[in-house]
Amino acid sequence: MNQVSAAPVTEPTVLCEKCKQPISRTALIGSGYVCPLCGKYNRIPARTRIELLTDKGSFCEHNATLVGENPIGFPGYEEKIRTAREKSGEYEGVICGEAEIGGERCCIFVMESAFMMGSMGTAVGDKIALLFEYATAKKLPVIGYTVSGGARMQEGMLSLMQMAKVSGAVKHHSEAGLFYLVCLTDPTTGGVTASFAMLGDMIIAEPGALIGFAGRRVIEQVMGQKLPDEFQSAEFQMKNGFVDAIVPREEQRNFLSRMLRLHTGR
Amino acid sequence: MEAYEKIKKTRQSGRATSVDYINGIFEEFTELHGDRRFADDHAVLAGIATLNGVPVTVIGIEKGKNIQERMERNFGCVSPEGYRKALRLMKQAEKFGRPVICIVDTQGAYAGAGAEERGAGAAIAENLYEMMTLRTPIISLMIGEGGSGGALALAVADRVWMLENAYYSVVSPEACASILYKDAGKAPEAAEHLRLMANDLYGFGIVEKVIPEPESFTDAEGTKHFFHQLRRDLSREIKHLSHMSRDTLLSERYEKYRKIGRYESDTAPTPAKARRVFFGRK
Repeated sequence: MNQVSAAPVTEPTVLCEKCKQPISRTALIGSGYVCPLCGKYNRIPARTRIELLTDKGSFCEHNATLVGENPIGFPGYEEKIRTAREKSGEYEGVICGEAEIGGERCCIFVMESAFMMGSMGTAVGDKIALLFEYATAKKLPVIGYTVSGGARMQEGMLSLMQMAKVSGAVKHHSEAGLFYLVCLTDPTTGGVTASFAMLGDMIIAEPGALIGFAGRRVIEQVMGQKLPDEFQSAEFQMKNGFVDAIVPREEQRNFLSRMLRLHTGR
Repeated sequence: MEAYEKIKKTRQSGRATSVDYINGIFEEFTELHGDRRFADDHAVLAGIATLNGVPVTVIGIEKGKNIQERMERNFGCVSPEGYRKALRLMKQAEKFGRPVICIVDTQGAYAGAGAEERGAGAAIAENLYEMMTLRTPIISLMIGEGGSGGALALAVADRVWMLENAYYSVVSPEACASILYKDAGKAPEAAEHLRLMANDLYGFGIVEKVIPEPESFTDAEGTKHFFHQLRRDLSREIKHLSHMSRDTLLSERYEKYRKIGRYESDTAPTPAKARRVFFGRK
């Protein structure tokens, strides 16, 4: 993933997203991006997550080069996209494809936080809709990993329409009797929460993930009061009945393969 | 900054709200309350009525006209139970083969702590999901403010018609400006860039019809004429949609959304990693 440069004498470190302590990159990767000091689930590059979850060599990407345009001519958007590509090493904010997990064939999409915080524009919406349509045609289950700040402002109303488009594709997949499991990771908010993130037959979440619709600051403004820390956490969502289970990262692969196995044979 | 001026006007009181449309277009309106789960959200005014003698289900977001009504209607900010009431009545309409007419006018879904606790996101998601395959015609009228997901939750429809001075946006111009430019004062600029007015959206294929407005909604004669026209057009369109086979209706509804932001898909799946040489991850 990360090229090891020739020069540095000391081991490269990164700062934990929560405790801000420097951690050696190798140690962080070794722990599945869980901070060894504070236990915070740091964000994982989408491609790494796919490697961690799927059977070795089984992943085949769909629409790898599908990219969007600047459909409403939003000033500065091309530049933003360019920066996001350099930062994430990806063309767009989601990776889609098919793979095997514990020998069970499935379609999988994983959103990429390093690409404009996984925001959903037309290309992201199109890739996910195409994946569900493919899965429906091939009678395959879908596993989804969400991480998103919501709909992508720079594509205006065309982004908002992706919520309807993907929800419709999920509905068709569901009506074909097929299984969709979604895992909500930190953060899953806005238009993604208000569409395919909440439409799984089974909705699981990572411990401590921020999951919500409206932004915390907006709600605090509306309420005129501070909200407790656990507000909109995965645990909060489970308590309120919107998440089936909170599954630690190291158990997810087994969990997915078990659930896929239980939903075959239709 | 034309768009922002229009938006400011649209937000002022004095425009017709859902109540006026219900009284001006339909007959025999009977309000039906509650989501059968938790509560009755007063931001959503819904029930059964007739349109030119045809039974229909009408679901409107109502902002209220004076401060007291506005408080009671929560300023047209819908809570999860409001969306669930709407869905309950849409399902009822489907059962009895009644067309559904939604009237949308909201700055956005209610962003309170209680709304989050009761699943604002889940409620909106479920409406999008169910509306896409609801086996009865749906027409949504965007009459003023169309605030993001909170508006879309009543606007997955066979026809979306929009008043010429209404706006419908993924994000409020103020929020967009404060996020992108770190300055909410740049909202007029953001409003221009977001392409959120009826004519823009008609051009993108997101709305099917832009409805001319009367000079002013305080002019009784002009408003009466406006409702008369709208009633005639709605009645005609409902008749047309009702004559389509349900399967055609649903496939056209899906295709309408499906084609918004559609790109060429790759013909062959790419083996993993084959493309990573292109960009070096920093």
